[in-house]
Amino acid sequence: MSDFAEYESNSPSLTVEQALANLQQKDDSGLRYYAAWWLGRFRVKEPEAITMLIDALGDQTDRTPDGGYPLRRNAATALGKLESIAAVPALIDCLACEDYYVRESAAFALEMIGDEQCIPALINLLDGGVEAAVQVDGKPHLRQPYEAILEALGTLGARNAILMIEPFLAHSTEKVQYAAARALYQLTGENRYGDRLIQALDGKDLQLRRSALMDLGAIGYLNAADPIYNTLAENSLKLIALKGLLENHLKQQSDALSDQSKHVMELMDGLL
Amino acid sequence: MENHVTELIQAVEKADTSEGLLDAVKALCAIRHQAAISTLIDVLKYNNPGAAVAAVDGLIEMGDIAVSPILEQVDGYNYGARAWATRALAGIGDPRALELLLDAALNDFSLSVRRSAAKGLGGIRWEKMPLKDATRAKQEVLAALLKVSQDPEWVVRYAAIVGLENFAISTDGTFQLEEIFTRFQEMRESENEPVICARIQLAESVLDKYR
Repeated sequence: MSDFAEYESNSPSLTVEQALANLQQKDDSGLRYYAAWWLGRFRVKEPEAITMLIDALGDQTDRTPDGGYPLRRNAATALGKLESIAAVPALIDCLACEDYYVRESAAFALEMIGDEQCIPALINLLDGGVEAAVQVDGKPHLRQPYEAILEALGTLGARNAILMIEPFLAHSTEKVQYAAARALYQLTGENRYGDRLIQALDGKDLQLRRSALMDLGAIGYLNAADPIYNTLAENSLKLIALKGLLENHLKQQSDALSDQSKHVMELMDGLL
Repeated sequence: MENHVTELIQAVEKADTSEGLLDAVKALCAIRHQAAISTLIDVLKYNNPGAAVAAVDGLIEMGDIAVSPILEQVDGYNYGARAWATRALAGIGDPRALELLLDAALNDFSLSVRRSAAKGLGGIRWEKMPLKDATRAKQEVLAALLKVSQDPEWVVRYAAIVGLENFAISTDGTFQLEEIFTRFQEMRESENEPVICARIQLAESVLDKYR
């Protein structure tokens, strides 16, 4: 059983001033890396923090042996959590970074910020379509962070990307298929895409079931309530997914509780 | 019969796939034999959510006879197992688990333990407690639930509402019902999770009949 939030309770506590000072110094890259994460985790939306984090997106000093940019990755993630519109142009630049994980963090961050001006840059990364979406030799990842890109396009309402996204339903990697189904559901509202994710809850691999749970929660697909309750996974994740369904449903309701709302809550009660 | 139980226990211990384990746990639960309890508690430590759900269900079905073994075997260092054991105790509702549930709801660092304990506090079967102890215990449970309703984690606050609703039902609305309604009102005013406001609304509509 895993409650991801619980891993964070052991992390050292900082003050905003310390975090900013740690991010600014150049001697200890570990401290900078942690400070960037911390500012995002604790939603420090002060202008100074945002300026420093945007600055860190261009960092040249913190490098992994194979050329990655750890600080840039954390800075991008943090800016997403801070929902910083000011960071959008710099994050769009990060989509061209040679480090795959920077591109991935930037795509997730742009999704969270929700500004549509990044849509063309995201669509560019789908160039070559599903044929080009293959694994990079010697690396544990595909050519582009397709999951993050597809999810962002869905959340950002990029309806002009529907035809580009559709072929990814047949990608060889399940998680990419789910990301495509998730985006297509958000962009079209068609049940067949939500149902594809429900099917995934029956899969054999726990990681994939978890992934489908998170996707269903994110899109708030109400038909998934009972399949979510019944899938074999941690209650914590099922509760988060059902919360997503209920939130989405409540938005469309008047003040009185619908029978569906009551049913979702009954399922949630059963998972506590 | 004894041989059969032994075989089923061995099947659980030897299972080498997730599905195999789940099937073996379900088969062991189905015979509802006291000798299975200790094995079912062990299953809670396997980090296999499907099997753990089945084992918890089995332990709850077993009822009161499972309470002492669970209390003795709760693994303090494995929060996954602790959460599942708390769920089992919460589902059984035996007052012997009350101290553990109070402590878990208020003090456990794991939110999954706090949330199952909060729900369990609402499910104590008061008729199993001597009358002379019950009033004080009810006061403690109510105070704990009101405290837990301020937890920083949404899911724990959600569980506290479920706990408060069930607590009011288990006491037929005769124990400080107005205090519960007042707390619901307060929560609604400060809460920014729509899901929690909806759960409060549901609890209020259920409890209205006692007013």
